[in-house]
Amino acid sequence: MASELKVPTMAEFFASGTVPEVLFWVGCAGSFDDRAKKITKAFVKILNKANVSFAVLGTEESCTGDPAKRAGNEFLFQMQAVTNIEVLNAYEIKKIVTACPHCFNTIKNEYPGLGGNYEVVHHTQFLKDLLNDGRISMEGGHFKGKRITFHDPCYLGRANGVYEAPRDLIRKLDAELIEMKSCKQRGLCCGAGGAQMFKEPEKGDKDVNIERTEQALETKPEIIAAGCPFCNTMMTDGVKNKEKEGDVQVMDIAEMIATAEDL
Amino acid sequence: MQYLPNIIFVVLLIVGIGFFVKNVSRLKRNIFLGKEASVTDNKPQRWKNMAKIALGQSKMVVRPIAGALHIIVYVGFVIINIEVLEIILDGIFGTHRMFAVLGPVYDFLIGSFEVLALLVIIAVVVFWFRRNVIKLKRFFKPEMEGWPKKDGNFILYIELVLMVLFLTMNGADYQLQQMGAEHYAAAGSFPISSFIAPMFEGMSISTLVLIERTAWWVHIAGILFFLNYLYYSKHLHILLAFPNTYYGKLTPKGQFRNLQSVTDEVRMMMDPDADPYAEPAEDAAVPDKFGASDVQDLSWIQLLNAYTCTECGRCTSECPANQTGKKLSPRKIMMDTRDRLEEVGKNIDANNGEFKDDGKQLLNDFITPEELWACTSCNACVEACPISIDPLSIIMDMRQYLVMEESAAPTDLNNMMGNIENNGAPWPFNQMDRLNWSKES
Ligand code: SF4
Ligand code: SF4
Repeated sequence: MASELKVPTMAEFFASGTVPEVLFWVGCAGSFDDRAKKITKAFVKILNKANVSFAVLGTEESCTGDPAKRAGNEFLFQMQAVTNIEVLNAYEIKKIVTACPHCFNTIKNEYPGLGGNYEVVHHTQFLKDLLNDGRISMEGGHFKGKRITFHDPCYLGRANGVYEAPRDLIRKLDAELIEMKSCKQRGLCCGAGGAQMFKEPEKGDKDVNIERTEQALETKPEIIAAGCPFCNTMMTDGVKNKEKEGDVQVMDIAEMIATAEDL
Repeated sequence: MQYLPNIIFVVLLIVGIGFFVKNVSRLKRNIFLGKEASVTDNKPQRWKNMAKIALGQSKMVVRPIAGALHIIVYVGFVIINIEVLEIILDGIFGTHRMFAVLGPVYDFLIGSFEVLALLVIIAVVVFWFRRNVIKLKRFFKPEMEGWPKKDGNFILYIELVLMVLFLTMNGADYQLQQMGAEHYAAAGSFPISSFIAPMFEGMSISTLVLIERTAWWVHIAGILFFLNYLYYSKHLHILLAFPNTYYGKLTPKGQFRNLQSVTDEVRMMMDPDADPYAEPAEDAAVPDKFGASDVQDLSWIQLLNAYTCTECGRCTSECPANQTGKKLSPRKIMMDTRDRLEEVGKNIDANNGEFKDDGKQLLNDFITPEELWACTSCNACVEACPISIDPLSIIMDMRQYLVMEESAAPTDLNNMMGNIENNGAPWPFNQMDRLNWSKES
């Protein structure tokens, strides 16, 4: 079934004197986190299938600096940003796609002020464009009629107003999209943002990801869909905490499409 | 002697408005203790936001019940001001119902004021029940004890009393008109207060005049009192909501400001031609402190935010940290900022216009690091605020101070930042392994 992944790097494109259509910014989670790596691979499989000419930076990619900035370390953030911008500008990058809303937000909104101007899209937006242009097709078979709820990542939704692209894709899978009590503008954080991913939560009654998982489980879903590697981890932990991992899956939208297309 | 009431009225007016002007100038002085912030961009969008959010109350209706009731009180407030204008002119010139010359238009105006006054009374009673009987959760957070709780109720009482006085005044007037009393020519229509009039049946004209005049005087004195109460109250939002929505953030919510002072320094470090041992230029400004530990480190817009906050708690009730029992409450961040700013302002007043170090600051004495570190930067508070306040920006500025000035981040975060610095990732992995996933099956 699965063929070898084709993952060209910018350096290779550069050596052959050509430019790819889009740079795929993998991000730290997508590169190193075991769960998130699956999302990265699923997205690449779709890109391969659709014959999208893309490249990654590979070892030339570095953290965008998002967690440093949200933790208050503006200095480290800007060092990272300036270094990344130098690499991106040297390759004359025009368009960037990423599966991480934190990378998306930072490169899209905070890099321009430091000299990095690119068209940045989230992978759900990119996939929707591929679909609209007829470059991929989606058969809902596998997900037909399944109850799916979508957790809005704060840095995609409220931070940048992207609510519809991921939902449109879920509907295209013929799935039944059920909204949680808090969704879209009023979505509840998974608890990972603002560098919380990397520290213990403050004292309280419960952890944020548990609260959010409870909201998700109230919709009696078969799948909790996510569009962010950090949300994915938080919700997966939440589902495990509730001992529901037998009944409820947490999946990125790219993984759902790759599964539906049997990639 | 004939002009005594006019004179008393004018004195009352001058004193009332004089105090108000004094408060406004104090308010302005305090707000501009904050740092410069440039907001000259995109004027059309700013006017549009003000029209939509402050004038049009577009964000109030996200919560339909509170929203609808609030709109009634708001419209009532705006429209009844036309009546107040008449009262003021009557007071100065000793006339009675000066605008009555408008004829049917006047009848319509008075009629609609009366209906609104009744609706306001109903709304105020419902608001009171929500706060005191139903005990809505968002009004019962630790930061709402003491003055904020009293203030919330006090405003409702004042509004109720003002409306009752207004209707009493009209009711007595109506009765006097029926009796053909001198000076009380038939004018206006009284769809609500005509129901009060029967209470006055059988009273003499002089008693009625006494009632009408008393209601009239107490009503206008009450309004002047309320005007001056604003400064001490969350009710200041009825004025500041307008500039505050105008100056609200226009960039995407996820976009945080890049600090210019840091950019300059990073540029210098990355510039191969820069001489690292160069003496700083003579005229170089003293480097800013990074981030904020006290109100003077915040921008004037953030301080305007603090004075504008209505303590409605919509931010706090949407906050994931607060919902899960952590100490962070974005409303408290705003209230603390205002309290500290007031304290600093009083300090300046007491020391001939100069701030004397009082050994206190916003950080630690008001807002604790525990609150700051609980924030997920999710922007739910910013989205929820009906008047474009940005509590997150204050939280982030204070985190910057903790990290860049005090190196006081939680250990886990220090590890994360160390990893980014050394490996280009928040985890301890080697940058050279970044593409390994492509070879793993
Ligand atoms: S941004 Fe911070 S303070 Fe605001 S709602 Fe989210 S967690 Fe709470
Ligand atoms: S910041 Fe806004 S939402 Fe929060 S209490 Fe103040 S006015 Fe209400």
